[in-house]
Amino acid sequence: MIAVDVAAALLWVTLTAYAITGGADFGGGVWDLLAGGAKRGEPVRRLIDESITPVWEANHVWLIITLVLFWTEFPPAFAAVTSTLFVPLSLVALGVVFRGAGFAYRKPLRRLFLQQLTGATFALSSLVTPFFMGAAAGAIVTGRVPADGQGNRVTSWTTPTCLLIGALSVVAFAFLAAVYLAADARRRGDGPLVRYFALRGLVTGALTGGLGAAALTELHAHASLTFHHFAGGGPLALLVVSGVLGLSALTLLAVRAGRGVRVIGAAAFATMLWAWAVAQYPRMLPGAFSLHAAAAPTASLVTEMVVFGAIVVLAGPSLILLYSLAQRGLLGESGEAQR
Amino acid sequence: MQARSQMGFTLAFHIVLACLGVAFPAVVLVANYLGLRRRDETALLLARRWSQVMAVLVAVGAITGTVLSFEMGLLWPGLMGRFGGAIGIPFSIEGIFFLLEAVFVSIYLYGWDRLSGWPHFCTGVPVAVAGSLGAWSVVAANSWMNQPAGFQLSHGRLTHVDPVAVFFNPATYYEVPHMILAAYMVTGFLVASVYAVGLLRGRRDRYHRLGFLVPFTIAGVCTPLQIFVGDTAARAVEHQQPLKFAAMEYVVRTHRHVSEYLGGVFVNGHVTGALKVPDLDSLLVGFSPNTKVVGWDSVPAAGRAPFVSFIHLSFDLMVLIGFGLLVLGAWSAVSWWRRRDLPGSRLFLWGGALSGLAAVVAMECGWVVTEVGRQPWIVYKVMLTSQAATTTSGLTGTLTAIIALYAVLGIATVAILLAFRRRWRQTAAVDNRDVPYGPSAGEPADRVGQRS
Repeated sequence: MIAVDVAAALLWVTLTAYAITGGADFGGGVWDLLAGGAKRGEPVRRLIDESITPVWEANHVWLIITLVLFWTEFPPAFAAVTSTLFVPLSLVALGVVFRGAGFAYRKPLRRLFLQQLTGATFALSSLVTPFFMGAAAGAIVTGRVPADGQGNRVTSWTTPTCLLIGALSVVAFAFLAAVYLAADARRRGDGPLVRYFALRGLVTGALTGGLGAAALTELHAHASLTFHHFAGGGPLALLVVSGVLGLSALTLLAVRAGRGVRVIGAAAFATMLWAWAVAQYPRMLPGAFSLHAAAAPTASLVTEMVVFGAIVVLAGPSLILLYSLAQRGLLGESGEAQR
Repeated sequence: MQARSQMGFTLAFHIVLACLGVAFPAVVLVANYLGLRRRDETALLLARRWSQVMAVLVAVGAITGTVLSFEMGLLWPGLMGRFGGAIGIPFSIEGIFFLLEAVFVSIYLYGWDRLSGWPHFCTGVPVAVAGSLGAWSVVAANSWMNQPAGFQLSHGRLTHVDPVAVFFNPATYYEVPHMILAAYMVTGFLVASVYAVGLLRGRRDRYHRLGFLVPFTIAGVCTPLQIFVGDTAARAVEHQQPLKFAAMEYVVRTHRHVSEYLGGVFVNGHVTGALKVPDLDSLLVGFSPNTKVVGWDSVPAAGRAPFVSFIHLSFDLMVLIGFGLLVLGAWSAVSWWRRRDLPGSRLFLWGGALSGLAAVVAMECGWVVTEVGRQPWIVYKVMLTSQAATTTSGLTGTLTAIIALYAVLGIATVAILLAFRRRWRQTAAVDNRDVPYGPSAGEPADRVGQRS
């Protein structure tokens, strides 16, 4: 049934869209957290703020669309995931509240203390939320989510592999954000900030590669079946491509040739996600459901394809408009610059 | 029970923000339109300030909405696991509109300084349209739970789905307009009530009068329509979910010449403290006192809705508030017709000041009726709520965390809106910098003020 495969691909496309947009916003929060004191960190925080603000909500919507596609296309798998992974997913939901609230409230506040409080909330939850997302993903990858949803509520996502994948997501999002922010700083001709984020991109990029390798080693040692899937031709090729793209992004950052670095960084992340998808295919939840076994009736899948088409046709152009306005700095800069 | 408490609490919180997300853009646009059409600076200033409030509320609404999407799975795995393929359809359609709304809210807010009048106005139109269509989609998901349609089950698995029948299920045609009108009433009366308080305190300038008049008129026009839709809805519920209707109206046994009870509680098998109007319920249901109405004794106790008094009183309070708001709207209409002015009476302004809260209460009561009244079913006559709920322990923990978190969220939101007000009183100038989607506040406002 081709419908199932297409439906799964769409789910993965939305997840990728969320990861390379909303995920990078998490990374921005991490850099906000590490920016130092109020005075020293001010230019860094301002750049992060101006980059994220116009696109924050549109990016966030991809998360909701991913959830909705998941439960409509593969309902029993969704139920199994939410049952077994109740704890990390609840923490993700709480993290989303903290993050969004911290972000939404920081701007209208004028008192430094309150700005710091909401800013810290935003930044800390940006660190914690992707960790739990990654840990939950790790539980799925390693086949710890049984079909009946009665997997252990704690141990299923606290294995070393899951924790490594959690850390990997935090670092990879931070890498992505550093790449984007370096590109933004370059567009503004802000040399010091380009260097600032290029350096951080290099560090987190190397860390991402290292953690990825560590996660694979851990899989090899403790989940050889999963490792076997990743070591197959397709996923391995994609992982190599991801690595090459990551390295090219790092090289571009190192020589500070900003053009295209944003796209290459996003592509490096996306290929990593797709390596996971290909490694797992045709399983929805390894050990529990194949894609076919978990799929909703064909009519539901087709409806989701139509919905996705509508998103592309209706929201696509407006999203491109929004992103290009934001990219050209027409949305991000303060009023003075325009006058 | 804990799953229901958590869902109910988060939904009750989110629904207020959702109403504002749905209807506030239209209110802003009306003010924007008036401002452009009549070159009215006051209306433009209002539109601009309201759009800043809208930005904060939409951001918070997006957060609480995300929590709900997580909760659909976390709290109701039984529902989503079996019916995700059906109930997910309206939700995913909502995704389209949510994305559109998010994108255009951003563009509209940024457009204030960067686009000229009418093109800027046009970037706001998709926000209002997507808001209503999004509300339609989400309410369609709820109405599907009341009147599930468009699917076949075999051995507990969904085998066939008819997306059109799911989306246009038999309860949508009254639930959807009822909710969209409710959103406009809640928003209109809430915004108006802020300015009614200002008028009461003697700020009778044009700014406050217009700030009251625009949202109040929108909400006032919706009120009679809402009463009509609500009346239709009640009859449809009597037909489609007779047991819910029986709980709403204290119909114990199936009979003719059913009395209408206004108020009162149901204890030990009797209605006490109610105003009883003979035959009226039958008359309202079938336009004849001889109409037979189904009572809840037609099913065993396990199949009946719990808390009948709560359901009945919620329903009565909603209707009472609806008519109260109708009177308030009519009062202003008569006054406007006679002397082209708002009623001068302080009583009217007090009514206006309370109307926002009243509309919120009425809307929450309506949700109590439809949600508690559907029990014990989560999907009417198909799946019991107990079959859908998660078996996870530790819900007390998440519920406590959520209540604490939302309390902070609510207080912070109100505090920020108050801060807006304080700032607006101090300065006549508009500052678009301090909203979640506004350009960054690069420097303190006083310095900006000095420069420009």
